[in-house]
Order: sequence, then C-alpha cells, then structure tokens
Amino acid sequence: MSMDSAQNLGTATADPQLQHFIEVETQKQRFQLLVHQMTELCWQEKCMDKPGPKLDSRTEACFVNCVERFIDTSQFILNRLEQTQKSKIAFSESMSD
Amino acid sequence: MDGFGSDFSGKVDTGSIMEQVKVQIAVANAQELLQRMTDKCFRKCIGKPGGSLDNSEQKCIAMCMDRYMDAWNTVSRAYNSRLQKERAKM
Repeated sequence: MSMDSAQNLGTATADPQLQHFIEVETQKQRFQLLVHQMTELCWQEKCMDKPGPKLDSRTEACFVNCVERFIDTSQFILNRLEQTQKSKIAFSESMSD
Repeated sequence: MDGFGSDFSGKVDTGSIMEQVKVQIAVANAQELLQRMTDKCFRKCIGKPGGSLDNSEQKCIAMCMDRYMDAWNTVSRAYNSRLQKERAKM
C-alpha cells in the first residue's frame, strides 16, 4: 500500500480508531518492506557467499554494516539532492538580479 | 470470509475490518518472504537444473532457508536499532 492511498483512506474514514489503525499498519508495512529489500540486497550482493550450518559472526556483522551503510547512503543522497537543489535556486536567483 | 465486516443491519464493524486487514497483511508478508527466499536459494543451490531435486540440493536449500531467516532477523534488528538511534537524535 502506498503512503498516499493510505492517507487518503485515513482522511476518508470518519472513524478515528480505524484511521489510527491504518496509520500504524502503514508504518509497520513500510518497515517490513524495507527489511525485505535490505535482506535481499545484502544477501545477494554483499554478505552471503555460501549458506553454512549457522550464521557466523562475520556474516552477521556484514549484514548489520550493510543495513547501516544502506541507510547512510540513502540519507547522503537525500542531503546532497537537497543541497544541489538549494544552490540551483540560489544560482537562478542571482541570475535574475 | 464474510462481507467485509458488515453485519445484517449493514453497519460496518471496525474491529472485524481491522482483523481482516491484519490477516491480509500477514499473508502478503509471508508471500513476499517466500518469493524472495525461493529466488535466493534457487540461485545459491541449483547449479545446473537436473532431472530432479537431488539430495545435496535439498540439503543446501534447507540450510539456505534457515540462513535467510537468520539474515532477515538480523537486518530487522539492525534497522530497528538504527531507527531508535535516529529518533533519539531528534
């Protein structure tokens, strides 16, 4: 479920209990989906060579780092886009002066 | 399943809607996991598809399933603790 549709659904229902329920479940679902995506990504590209009889500590540490760096990457990209957006606006403003 | 939480008076029961939504979400999550796990373990364990799923392939798949669940839980915990840290910063 996308955020927009959930929010529309939320405002369309007068029932506050149902509205709250939808908001909480949407958040939970976004969490779950990202866990699925990160598990898949870290598994096939980064951390899992050959599945052994148990998850050894090195592999486990790799998964933890993989999650941390994935989130760092996403935050870095978001910040940098914001910065370039700001400097673009500043540039076009200085051009129009 | 009954008519999406409506009783004979036509009124919608919030509680039963929530229950049904929860069940549907759980099913969707299980399908998501199953699909990704199948894909990953097929890639790891089936080198060249033969005439049957042989014994060593079955063993590999079973082990792969368990490790995939371990990985899923590790990722879930790591993501969760990162979220807690981010929230504490705010």
